[in-house]
Amino acid sequence: MNPSLLQVRDLKVHFPIHAGIIRKVVNHVHAVEGVNLDLTQGEVLGVVGETGSGKSTLGRAVLRLVQPTGGEVLFQGNNILSLDPVALKQFRKHAQIIFQDPFASLNPRKMILDSLGEGLLYHDVVKTRAAQKERVAEVLAMVGMPADVMWRYPHQFSGGQQQRICIGRAISLNPRLIVCDEAVSALDVSVQAQILNLLQELKETLSLSYLFISHDLSLIKYLCDRVLVLYLGKVMETASVEELFRNPRHPYTQALLSAIPKNHPMEQKKRIFLKGEIPSAINPPSGCPFRTRCPYAQPICAAIPPKRMVVDSTTGRKDHEYHCILE
Amino acid sequence: MPEPVLKVNNLTTRLHMEQQVIAIVDDLSFELHAGKTLALVGESGCGKSLTALSLMRILPHPPALPSTGEVIYQNRNLLTLSEKEMRKIRGGRIAMIFQDPTSALNPVYSIGEQLVEVAEMHLQLYGDDAMQRAINTLAEVGIPSPQERFFSYPHQLSGGMRQRVMIAMALMCEPDVLIADEPTTALDVTIQAQILDLIRALQKNRGMAVLLITHDMGIVAEMADDVIVMYAAQAVERGSALDTFDHMAHPYTQELFASRPAMQQAKTRLHTIKGSVPSPQNFPQGCRFNPRCPYVMPRCLEGAVPMFPIETKNHHTAKCWLHDKS
Repeated sequence: MNPSLLQVRDLKVHFPIHAGIIRKVVNHVHAVEGVNLDLTQGEVLGVVGETGSGKSTLGRAVLRLVQPTGGEVLFQGNNILSLDPVALKQFRKHAQIIFQDPFASLNPRKMILDSLGEGLLYHDVVKTRAAQKERVAEVLAMVGMPADVMWRYPHQFSGGQQQRICIGRAISLNPRLIVCDEAVSALDVSVQAQILNLLQELKETLSLSYLFISHDLSLIKYLCDRVLVLYLGKVMETASVEELFRNPRHPYTQALLSAIPKNHPMEQKKRIFLKGEIPSAINPPSGCPFRTRCPYAQPICAAIPPKRMVVDSTTGRKDHEYHCILE
Repeated sequence: MPEPVLKVNNLTTRLHMEQQVIAIVDDLSFELHAGKTLALVGESGCGKSLTALSLMRILPHPPALPSTGEVIYQNRNLLTLSEKEMRKIRGGRIAMIFQDPTSALNPVYSIGEQLVEVAEMHLQLYGDDAMQRAINTLAEVGIPSPQERFFSYPHQLSGGMRQRVMIAMALMCEPDVLIADEPTTALDVTIQAQILDLIRALQKNRGMAVLLITHDMGIVAEMADDVIVMYAAQAVERGSALDTFDHMAHPYTQELFASRPAMQQAKTRLHTIKGSVPSPQNFPQGCRFNPRCPYVMPRCLEGAVPMFPIETKNHHTAKCWLHDKS
């Protein structure tokens, strides 16, 4: 068993809603509501859920890009929510993020050299301009781009190339953890395949861990080791990928899996159609947040559902977790 | 074979770009039949959306030049109609839904006003009649409490609801042809399943012909009866959905299918297509896929490639010399 890299305990992120002239806080958006997760060294943990389920907020909160309201985020044993500025700067070197839209995350007025090299100088990975160029060339080679790319500007590249550059920027500081927030969702199938291969390769060579946030279940199935199913800021189910796809226990997971389009026109698929849409995170339903759309909902679902653990057929341990009144 | 609802013959759309004239839709022909769905599949930049825009004649001139070829609807060529006549057909008889409902709906009018405008223009319904029609259509596409929603503005609705409003707008006049340009790309899988089911149900009830534009093979498997695979502005393979999935003939189709993560064993290396999609200024000579093709032969490098029939079934053709039987 690999050592634990990231542990999240009862993480909560609430965003205040202001109103009136004095900007009084009238309510909160409950974006992340008591999430627990564990990520071990070299593991890929998938986070899946619909729009508004809090996936991206979770990804940002574990990097402290948004300030969590409560809970703990332990990175290699240290709680990053209580780090002082010097220690936080150290932590930033070890944890990086890749966003969905590579063009929006590269400064259009800066050459690739400056976009990639800024962090290197800031974190004292390199001391001189010459060393910076050398390291940038090295990183570009790792993501499959020639070294002269560093003299060009973001608009001169295609979406796939831009995403390679963003991946290069993320790995340039030798991080341990990378949060991939829908990192391949905006790309075409054939480019997506190239980027997925690159992520897979880099994970092996640099022994990285990914928190892979996606709404696309086929990507999760392909890349991840374990999956976390999120709904309205709460974890519905956690299991290894094979187990989750073979034996989904939570009704929401079952509905989500049944909504994946067919692979072949002749494939017969039993659909569970969900009524309506994800409720507002301002006033989430009490108890199980899914009960307003759940086909098996009962009055007792208004209370907090029990946590159930079953044996995960892939790992052989009792670590397939779900929160539902159903056995 | 019944008479097609819409027949497209040799549709070509050229664009004025950097002192060059480039065909961005190159010699495309197809037929749409009542109650059937034709899927146009390809990666970004292959010309699928431009095909739809050319059919509707809503490409900006310039840079686009007027399309050539024929689009036959009820024995009239839509490409030669006057703008006034075209306006009666566009949105009324041939409707379109776009990928991004946020930018397709007008943010300063309520959705009711936008729906009523369609009723006034195409159905000559006014006042309460128009409003009633709009509310009925909203109810039909599954919008809860349509009387209240009638007065909502687009920003007050969720993405799935906005997409439903756009579908309502397209379907209000009971069109013969629905062009759906990536109708579910911006939506979650659960909402996507709802919307696809809605389109299917409405198509069944009304016998619409649907032209579905998508890059997602899963949606093709869900919806399509026939498929056209496009690459670099040209159709490279066409056939029934079953033939395309079971006997894919063009190397591009094969490679495209092979690079889908859904088709692969987890954590093995994904198959990738070498190189990248050429820009319209640099379309290669001969077969446009030849620089990336694993089976490239000398004769692929120059001259146009004809469509060859594939032996398995009728009407399944591919633009590739591999299938030359002579």
